[in-house]
Amino acid sequence: MKVHRRLVLKSMVALSAIVAWPRALWAARPDAAFASNDADEAIAELFGQVAEPSDQIKMKIPDIAENGAVVPVTVSTDLANVESISIVVVNNPTPLAASFNLTARSLPSIAVRIKMGESSAVQALVMADGKLYKTSKDVKVTIGGCGG
Amino acid sequence: MGKPIKIRAKVKGDIAQIKALMPHVMESGLRMDPETNDFVPAHYITDIVAEINGEVVMTAYWGQAVSKNPYVSFSVSGAKVGDMVKLKWIDNKGDSSETEVVLK
Repeated sequence: MKVHRRLVLKSMVALSAIVAWPRALWAARPDAAFASNDADEAIAELFGQVAEPSDQIKMKIPDIAENGAVVPVTVSTDLANVESISIVVVNNPTPLAASFNLTARSLPSIAVRIKMGESSAVQALVMADGKLYKTSKDVKVTIGGCGG
Repeated sequence: MGKPIKIRAKVKGDIAQIKALMPHVMESGLRMDPETNDFVPAHYITDIVAEINGEVVMTAYWGQAVSKNPYVSFSVSGAKVGDMVKLKWIDNKGDSSETEVVLK
């Protein structure tokens, strides 16, 4: 189908010109993990392994979040060769909130603000040297931040 | 085209500390619109790329639970004054925004 092929090629060129993303990133977003309604399933989907608790991960997050719509989290670790840092809010409708992919130049520390629908355990997962580690903290939420 | 990103990028020694504020509605898709009695459609940032002098130094995938007008902070080594720091985001509707600042 000559017309169809030309149209597809044309739109591909146009799209790549508009948004010049590193191709690896564009193809790689783990949508299934982000869509999962279960924390363990999301983690299995994303990493293919179970996380081992580690005291080398520090998560700074309030004990009580007055506003569940904006909960500041900072995760840092002194584990070596960190590949990624991810945040899971166990009781959220979709527990996987964010996943940061680090490079050799990244310091193993990130800060972000997340939404919590209700009081929940919040997990920070760190992939270091091919192995998955986690720490968890219970956060109480006074006013939930997912819905209206 | 999405709103520009506000970036504060400072270098201490060879570590660039980058703080960014990204104006964006970040609708989770779970919020009810009181007027229509229907869900406000999901509209949130899904991918982030950070580059220094054209080299990708960090990427991130976000889900529906990152706060409105997201704030994010991270640090990168091997940096120096004058480096070009670029941040880009794309959302689930295909909107994007890209901002570049000079590292101070």
